[in-house]
Amino acid sequence: MTTVEDHFDATIGGNRRIEPRDWMPDGYRATVIRQIAQHAHSEIIGMQPEGNWITRAPSLRRKAILLAKVQDEAGHGLYLYSAAETLGADRADLTEMLISGRQKYSSIFNYPTLSYADVGVIGWLVDGAAICNQVPLCRSSYGPYARAMIRICKEESFHQRQGYELLLTMMRGSDAQRQMVQDATNRFWWPSLMMFGPPDDASPNTARSMAWGVKRHTNDELRQRFVDMTVPQAAKLGVTLPDPELKWNAGRGHYDFGSIDWEEFAAVVAGNGPCNAQRVAVRRRAHAEGAWVREAASAYAARQAQRKRAA
Amino acid sequence: MTQHDSPFDLLARDDEDHRWAFGTGFTDPLAGVDTAVPEGVDAKALAAYCLMLGDDALIFSHRLQQWITNLPELEEETAVANIALDLLGQARMLLARAAGADPSLAPPVLAYPQEDRLAFFRTESQFKNVRLAEWADGDFAELVARLLIFASWRLALFERLRDTADPVLAAIAAKGVHELTYHRDYAAGWVVRLGEGTELSHERMQRAVVALWPFVDELFIDHQAELVAPSGVRGEVDAVLDTVFELAALDRPQVAALGAVAGRRGRDGAHTEAMGYVLAELQSVARANPEATW
Repeated sequence: MTTVEDHFDATIGGNRRIEPRDWMPDGYRATVIRQIAQHAHSEIIGMQPEGNWITRAPSLRRKAILLAKVQDEAGHGLYLYSAAETLGADRADLTEMLISGRQKYSSIFNYPTLSYADVGVIGWLVDGAAICNQVPLCRSSYGPYARAMIRICKEESFHQRQGYELLLTMMRGSDAQRQMVQDATNRFWWPSLMMFGPPDDASPNTARSMAWGVKRHTNDELRQRFVDMTVPQAAKLGVTLPDPELKWNAGRGHYDFGSIDWEEFAAVVAGNGPCNAQRVAVRRRAHAEGAWVREAASAYAARQAQRKRAA
Repeated sequence: MTQHDSPFDLLARDDEDHRWAFGTGFTDPLAGVDTAVPEGVDAKALAAYCLMLGDDALIFSHRLQQWITNLPELEEETAVANIALDLLGQARMLLARAAGADPSLAPPVLAYPQEDRLAFFRTESQFKNVRLAEWADGDFAELVARLLIFASWRLALFERLRDTADPVLAAIAAKGVHELTYHRDYAAGWVVRLGEGTELSHERMQRAVVALWPFVDELFIDHQAELVAPSGVRGEVDAVLDTVFELAALDRPQVAALGAVAGRRGRDGAHTEAMGYVLAELQSVARANPEATW
């Protein structure tokens, strides 16, 4: 006789998808909820650093591009929270976990955006790194997440292209613009590499997540891919990546790069980055100040339902 | 990972790929459109009117942009961003039409396209938006009240402008009618929900309508440049607002109109004190980099 657990194992083993109605181990459910929630939180918090420049965008076309991008991020957050809800989580609870600091979001959003070039560099490096992380998740063993990721990855590639295109335009512009692009690259390069998480020998959950098919490559593998992909893009752009140890290693067939400041990473993850408090405070304030609106909407909906029943 | 490299390969070839909505292919929002002003249309009056309508959309959109990341729910983040984008799109087309019909309007900042010269390099008194557009919403009730008034009024104007003699403005209006119908519906839905929600939301909704009412009369004052006289749409707009107020259990405010400044209002370039801060924010990066290309 096969048990539900055999069925789960066979589904994972056969590279097929787990769906909401299927039995799954509690650990799997909790891991996938946490993974999706952190991704959703990252989309929502990620609206802030770029949203910072919408009202000041220096051309109406760039303003439209940026506004549409930030809107996409809200949309990604929405359907990721929905994917988490298929596992029995509740959006309101997850939001509470975010604003109380019990769940994390990507550490990259704890860095400030200091010039308009940051909008382009976030598209190029941050969205680029996110895509490296996320494309393999289109093959996540959890069906609703995998399907959400397909659409999200398409939009992320679009954002990345737009960011890179802004940088190409700025590099063809004035000296001040070229300096802005280089400065933004200097500030975002290392934090982008940190987006892949701790090195493999310090990533205790990786093995189990890979066995469950909710993670497809190790942190270091993805980081290496990102570096290999980005170096020629930087050359094409005409910016210098701020790492004197960066060089092609013919023996490995990859670029070697310098060591990452893991102390800085740990500090940012622990809440001590330049913008952690600010990002969470903005989200908390919006949520608190919107409470009366959500309550009114619920009260109105309840009254409408009552009227319908009475009619 | 080859699929990630491909966008960059495309860019490296420097071909103009038009498949991307906001891609590298065009910068002029009226690209590909015949922009000749037809005979019998007064180009200067057309330009002045497009400037007014364009400024309304640009400044209203700016105020909505300030709401992004601060809204009560994620659905509202996407909806308000969407409305801000629609109005920004209207502003771009209208400003481009204004500058096309009367090139003397756009300040000569040569690195920038005409729509951007108008948006970023005019001074405050050269902006012709109504003062309602520049109001900073104090809460979500003010946002939806202001949007309801603005969208109802603008929709009534755009419906008539679909038949105007200039085919470019007529086309902009025809596109805008669909967008504004949604904006009005969205705002009306929330005005009713808040008006009929809780005691607190009702109180806030009523207060918001009272706060904004002084800005309403100005919307219906006629000026020489207008191709559709706004005084002619007052009855229609009032009827819409009355219907929504009734559903929302709100009283139509009885408050005086906002005073003029030496006889001048928004359309004449006389604004509220808030406008200077709007422009300081909107224009700061462009003005710091007049030689730049974006």
